[in-house]
Amino acid sequence: MLIYIILGLPIAAAIVAGFAPWKQWVGWMTTLANGGVLAFGIGLCVKTVNHQALGAFDGGLRADALSSFMVVVIGAVSLLATSQTVRYLSTEIDRGSSSARHASLYVVLVQIFVACMLLAVLSANLGVMWVAIEATTIATTFLVGHRRTAGALEASWKYVIICSVGIALALLGTVLVYFAALHVVGPRSDLHGAGALDWTSLMAISHHLDTGVMRLAVALLVLGYGTKVGLVPMHSWLPDAHSQAPAPVSALMSGVLLTVAFYALLRFKAIADGALGVGYTRSLLVVVGLGSLFVAASLLLTQKDYKRMLAYHSIEHMGLIALGAAAGSSLAIAAVLLHILGHGIVKAVLFLSAGEIYLVEGSSAIDQVPALLSRRPMLGGIFGFGLVALLGLPPFSLFVSELNMLRAEIAVGLTWVAAISLVLMSIIFVSVMAHARALLLGDSPAPDNHRPTARTFTVPLIAGLVASAFFGILAWPLAPLLHAAAYVIVP
Amino acid sequence: MSGSSYIQILDLAAGAVLVCAILTLWRSDLRAIISILSIQGVALGVVAGVLAAHIHDGALAITAAIVFIVKGSVIPMLIRQVVRRDPGSREASPLINVPASLVGAAVLVVIAYLASGKITALFPNPASRLVPIGIATVLVGFLLLVTRRKTVSQIVGLLMIDNGVALVAFLLTAGVPLVVELGASLDVLLVVAVLRVLATAMRAQSGALDLDQMQELHD
Repeated sequence: MLIYIILGLPIAAAIVAGFAPWKQWVGWMTTLANGGVLAFGIGLCVKTVNHQALGAFDGGLRADALSSFMVVVIGAVSLLATSQTVRYLSTEIDRGSSSARHASLYVVLVQIFVACMLLAVLSANLGVMWVAIEATTIATTFLVGHRRTAGALEASWKYVIICSVGIALALLGTVLVYFAALHVVGPRSDLHGAGALDWTSLMAISHHLDTGVMRLAVALLVLGYGTKVGLVPMHSWLPDAHSQAPAPVSALMSGVLLTVAFYALLRFKAIADGALGVGYTRSLLVVVGLGSLFVAASLLLTQKDYKRMLAYHSIEHMGLIALGAAAGSSLAIAAVLLHILGHGIVKAVLFLSAGEIYLVEGSSAIDQVPALLSRRPMLGGIFGFGLVALLGLPPFSLFVSELNMLRAEIAVGLTWVAAISLVLMSIIFVSVMAHARALLLGDSPAPDNHRPTARTFTVPLIAGLVASAFFGILAWPLAPLLHAAAYVIVP
Repeated sequence: MSGSSYIQILDLAAGAVLVCAILTLWRSDLRAIISILSIQGVALGVVAGVLAAHIHDGALAITAAIVFIVKGSVIPMLIRQVVRRDPGSREASPLINVPASLVGAAVLVVIAYLASGKITALFPNPASRLVPIGIATVLVGFLLLVTRRKTVSQIVGLLMIDNGVALVAFLLTAGVPLVVELGASLDVLLVVAVLRVLATAMRAQSGALDLDQMQELHD
């Protein structure tokens, strides 16, 4: 029942928004629906934390601790992102760059996007999960291109083409896993049909899956879903899409879409580890993880655009969780999941405040926006604290998760990986600090007499930062859930 | 259906899928490329239909009908409308010229046979023997996608990759489960619809079906 409610809320909101003409209450209604997803997601966590799983829809939907955790992440980030829907759309309509019809389309697509992500994490079938992740690409394309400028269209085009190719490779990998499973259970068994792609039955037979086929399948899956995660070598869509999309959409994409795709990789990793041992997937993940860190570090050094800076920062963090997953121990997976939550919230806060900065300053170039902290203390302060959180400084939860991922990597003998990633992280730290200094500090060129930043903007974002700091200091409400979720991947 | 005619039709239809993929590298007229894509969709539907008749699988027969309609006619029709608004358009300056593309395709076919040896060895039968053709179609689609500069050619390249994956799925596992197949077909249809809108909007801005104007975003 809980599962139906969670999936039904965003869909119901999309239907209402589709038929009602655009008004402010429509935007607040979607915020409320996503808040409901978060609340019921927490309820789902309470039910699944003791290693139980809930089923629905004749076994087609399934929620265990890992799925419930991802529902909470999706709920939290979409609540944060849609809390700015009304502000974003009202401003666009006031400036004449968007019509009421476009506003309705935007709201509907955002809710469909949220529903697709929820379906992806709640599906019991790896094929249906694939369909849902592919559907997120379709739902977000027009959101990326919502501003309809040449740059936005270019970004959408690259986004659809690159992600569709990646997701096609992931389908090929899924087909190969299905083939290996059919080979084990026999083509005429009960499992033939949707059952053979059910990931619980795949986990049960994972030790018997053919190694040759699984090797090829895992490589295709890492490359394919890795595209959607934003991992090297198929990352090039990410900075364009994230810098061109409207700020709430960037927040959703960077905050959860990337990690929902990573969730797919985690599920497949659990199956692949049974068939191939931990070594094979680990080496693949180490390569793409270090590659992503390297690309992020080299392109952050000379970055001139603060939105693209945040986008490359996402590539860095996806690389970090890939390395954490490569370590693969129970501690590592728990840290990866905590990082997914912390990164989701903080990145959403940052993209939303970057959108606000762009709105009031009219430029996304770092050197066009000097001395933000003295001119706009509230906005600059949120952005600054967000960056501090993102760079992994205490007390925010990213500090705890990064530390534990590094610890886990060293514990399983990946000391050299931890060392290289520390070096790359330091380079990123220094270059982002330099950019932040240019953006936030310095003398104000002119005394500022703008109106203060609106309360509807500051309250949700500060709440997000406080939540991130809270989970960094107190592991209490999360620790049992994280361990239950990690147990799903590392039994 | 007797055993040998089943194998012959299967060989012929699967071969046609790959031949169509290579032909798109050779032709530069965009309308011809779309017609080839349509023939490829029909051939893919025949592969699914023949397999369904051979193993008496009702779900696969439905899949075959869907493939036949969606990939054989609906999708090509959608793309054709993009070209119709821009008649006489050709793939004039691919990043790699036609003879080199064809040589590249030959290399890719060899790679496909080498890469899929393990898969065919696991379950040797007339259908899985043809898996390298599907992998080769994926790789040729990839080549088309990265070397062509027209929006339409890129859409066709993407669909070739998709058709190649579908061919592998039919040959190896008699298709993915029906619910997944339905979702996947719907997704492909929507992706094409989305790309069509984007292609039209980009032409309205830049006046051509060309991707060389896309220079706005870079580092």
